[in-house]
Amino acid sequence: MKITVRIWRQAGPQEQGALVAYDLDEVSPDMSFLEMLDVLNERLILGGQEPVAFDHDCREGICGACSTVINGRPHGPEQTTTCQLHMRSFSDGDVIDVEPWRSRAFPVIKDLVVDRAALDRIVQAGGYITAPTGTAPDAHATPVPKPAADTAFENATCIGCGACVAACPNGSAMLFTSAKAAHLNALPQGQPERESRVLNMVAAMDAEGFGGCTNTGECVGSCPKGIPFQSIVDLNRDFLRAARRR
Amino acid sequence: MAIDIRVRPAELTAVQTVWRSTIGKKAVMAVTGLLMVAFLLAHMLGNLKIFFGPHDFDGYAAWLRTIGEPVLHGAWFLWILRAVLLVALVAHVTCAVQLSRRDRAARPTRYAHGQRARASFATRTMRWGGVALGLFLIWHILDLTVGVANPDFDKNGPYHNVVADFQVWWINLIYVVGVLMVGLHVNHGFWSAAQTLGLRRRRGRDLTLRVVGSALAAAITLGFLAVPIGVMTGLVR
Repeated sequence: MKITVRIWRQAGPQEQGALVAYDLDEVSPDMSFLEMLDVLNERLILGGQEPVAFDHDCREGICGACSTVINGRPHGPEQTTTCQLHMRSFSDGDVIDVEPWRSRAFPVIKDLVVDRAALDRIVQAGGYITAPTGTAPDAHATPVPKPAADTAFENATCIGCGACVAACPNGSAMLFTSAKAAHLNALPQGQPERESRVLNMVAAMDAEGFGGCTNTGECVGSCPKGIPFQSIVDLNRDFLRAARRR
Repeated sequence: MAIDIRVRPAELTAVQTVWRSTIGKKAVMAVTGLLMVAFLLAHMLGNLKIFFGPHDFDGYAAWLRTIGEPVLHGAWFLWILRAVLLVALVAHVTCAVQLSRRDRAARPTRYAHGQRARASFATRTMRWGGVALGLFLIWHILDLTVGVANPDFDKNGPYHNVVADFQVWWINLIYVVGVLMVGLHVNHGFWSAAQTLGLRRRRGRDLTLRVVGSALAAAITLGFLAVPIGVMTGLVR
């Protein structure tokens, strides 16, 4: 396959960036999108040029490190992570635009790498259960209803990549925050901190400068883990109930 | 084991918590929006009285001024209703402006490729449609309540005023476009308000909420459109 990638190049946080076009001649359809970038970077390095900086870690779709907007969609045309996207999803001769996550709360560090620490600070505000950690408790120590376990697990699959923020026209982090809250709020162990968790996490989310949710649903269409829109509805309900009880 | 359930900042009241958060402001928009939809539904049903002739329609309009008597004086109910709607409108617009400014600031850089729009036309026109609705509302009040924009206004003849209005092609145009915008706004607004207030408890309810919202929007639009169409076709003269 022959393709052209137009990649956002930005030397540093304060520098001006621009899309730069690179032609690649021998792209295998079986390459992952990141392997295609690796091939490009090898060429750039051999040519004495600065390689494209991009985030990646596990390359098996479970860590949430990779973060590129491909042709205007976070993680590209398939609903998966960038590392699990393969070049067979594109055609010979395609021009592919590759940009970083765009949000005021995600400043660009270099090229395609953005600072997603804002998501960590939301989790620090309440995305945990205060409990002594020792050896794992017996599985039957705390009974969990099956539907609650399913809801918790579905939301716990969020890998915190930030695609929801990148997809949202308002740069809102509601899907991320709601997944983290819904995961714990569904479980019996999460009940004592349920209200303070929701109030503190929403306050942290707003303080980071993320936009508000306008229920457009763009986030769920780009989430590689399929976090449902229902989580946002549940967060709204939990927040309003907790606020009433203050 | 005792667990720390403190909320930071600790001194905020319920009202402050709601007003300072994006979710809270959206809830204000949802409640005020639903209030205005309820008013629109009543207003639309009242308008349909026009098909029973000038006697019934003018009698209905006069009755509106007597609601609540003898506890309330003449037209007091109308003024209370206007005050409530004005407060709702101001709160709705204030939240919309504040949230929109925040949303725009949160996404300072657009994608060079442009973004795919999963959102419907109704969803994407909420902001500018809302501004257009505000302008339509001002014109509508000047036309049929105050009367300065009406071609032949008679303070005691609402039937006459409506018929005088819809003889003019550009007034028809403003009105029809305005009403269609109302329908679009309600179509996304009702469903969106339900999501914001957390009314959907199971995934299956989503379709129900969408159908109810769209049916409500269609009923309001068609009900309001019936009046100019009635005048244009000569059914109302």
